[in-house]
Amino acid sequence: MSTLSERILGGPAGTYVDHEVDRAFAHDGTGVLAMEAFRKMGVAKPARPETVSIIYDHISPANTSHTATLQKELREFSAAAGFALTDVGGGICHQLMSEGRVLPGEVVVGADSHSCTTGAFGAFSTGVGATDMAAIWAEGSTWFRVPETINIELTGRLPECCEAKDIVLTVTGNIGMDGGTYRALEYTGDGAAALTIAGRLTLCNMAVECGAKTGLFYADKTTQDYLARYGHQVERQEPEDATYCRELSVDLSNMEPVLSVPHRVDTVAPVADYAGTPLDQVFVGTCTNGRYEDLERFAQIVRGKEVTCRTIVVPASRAIMQKAAESGVLAAIIAAGCMVGPPGCGPCLGMHMGVLGEGETALSTANRNFKNRMGVGAEYYLGSVATAAASALKGEITSPEGIL
Amino acid sequence: MTFSGPAVCIGVDIDTDQVIAGRYLRTKDTSVWAEHVFEDLDPTLAPRLNGAVLVAGNNMGCGSSREQAPVAIREAGAVAVVAPSFARIFFRNAINVGLPVIECEGLTCHEGSTVTISLEEGWVEADGVRHPVRPLSGRMQEILAAGGLVPYWRNK
Ligand code: SF4
Repeated sequence: MSTLSERILGGPAGTYVDHEVDRAFAHDGTGVLAMEAFRKMGVAKPARPETVSIIYDHISPANTSHTATLQKELREFSAAAGFALTDVGGGICHQLMSEGRVLPGEVVVGADSHSCTTGAFGAFSTGVGATDMAAIWAEGSTWFRVPETINIELTGRLPECCEAKDIVLTVTGNIGMDGGTYRALEYTGDGAAALTIAGRLTLCNMAVECGAKTGLFYADKTTQDYLARYGHQVERQEPEDATYCRELSVDLSNMEPVLSVPHRVDTVAPVADYAGTPLDQVFVGTCTNGRYEDLERFAQIVRGKEVTCRTIVVPASRAIMQKAAESGVLAAIIAAGCMVGPPGCGPCLGMHMGVLGEGETALSTANRNFKNRMGVGAEYYLGSVATAAASALKGEITSPEGIL
Repeated sequence: MTFSGPAVCIGVDIDTDQVIAGRYLRTKDTSVWAEHVFEDLDPTLAPRLNGAVLVAGNNMGCGSSREQAPVAIREAGAVAVVAPSFARIFFRNAINVGLPVIECEGLTCHEGSTVTISLEEGWVEADGVRHPVRPLSGRMQEILAAGGLVPYWRNK
């Protein structure tokens, strides 16, 4: 009996396998380095260009002429190589891959650590560095060490004031920043089955925050319905009686809104413990929490009110932004005094559009709060969308309990 | 392959943002990364890395997939990195850019004391004590011997 990773990779945990890569992708940052490595390898042509996506999201649109020149070079390289390029404004690579480009059972590799996100579809999705990506372009395959798996069984119903983000922060606090190293996380149980695709993506996205190679959900009816919208008919996957290296059970009905406190993702505490901490900025977006459901929830809380600190909202993709524009969600967010940025990573990695100043404090819906990541000498907390909305209204860390 | 050098000690869970901060990634010039390596962790560290063995705690190199992190350490002159465990993308990246990474439990780091590593025989020696290491796969050793994945490919 096998775990989902063992089934997809075709070997027992601990063995090394060579496997074809069904989908490969890189962004404007890692893509440039992969391009350099690919050229230096002296390979004439990529093995399977039709499987490769290049997505501009990290510094999107370009912030300096230097960045713009690198992006131009990658654009030309990508066209010559026959790769599918999504230019600036399309959205974050992990979001775009989850808009119908990844199917259950596939092996997906991205040149970005959060490539584990699309494990939410029952694919084996993981991140590599740029040179590995170049070798994948050259060969169409790569090597993997089949990971041992931690089974995380979710049971019960999540309280209204909590979100998938609170689950994943709680799990990360429990496992620790290196508790999942070399391993995969599988989410099972009735609590997992009840989660929407948006919630599953949030959980899998943060698998790497405890060192895991990927996070996975078994494809079920929810997965089928979601992918059918993109024209894909897919099979369900059933869990077997597999051997796990660790089993964890999380009762969702006991969940409370939590924060990850600077500067470690695994320092997790109830929002209530930090209530009243003044904030300079709130940021809602990223590959963790920039989906339509997130914007809708944010709008639900701020509609008809006004935020009292600098608040930046960045939809994770153009499709999300368009839907939010059509449904009035975006109008409510703008009317509440928020700044809306173009689809992409926005200020997540501290490159541009919302970098924090020295001594500033922020609350973000992102996935990592490493020291200086969003700005040198700044501190920032990670929390759910509802926590971000409640906090933006008050200008200080505020629990969403009782306001929904 | 045998490597030797004075130890430079760093802590646990050192993320790649601390190895090389995002603000230095907007270039292809590797000397920039070497100059600013570990700047946010300890600004005095970079010049001490030349010829040194970097000894880290658990989960070395966690966080982003940026390959500039192992490149920065290599370009600063470190001959190898030893830690009880590495974040897996960092580990793969290090091998791919030709920076030897060695998983070894139980080593106590003393700043400046000589650390010697034998990849073939699978040990790390510090302060006169030999510790076993987790062996690298044959392919990883070949990639390292070639100086990284790019030269390994070119020779193929
Ligand atoms: S949103 Fe942030 S975490 Fe996600 S891919 Fe972009 S920079 Fe990385």
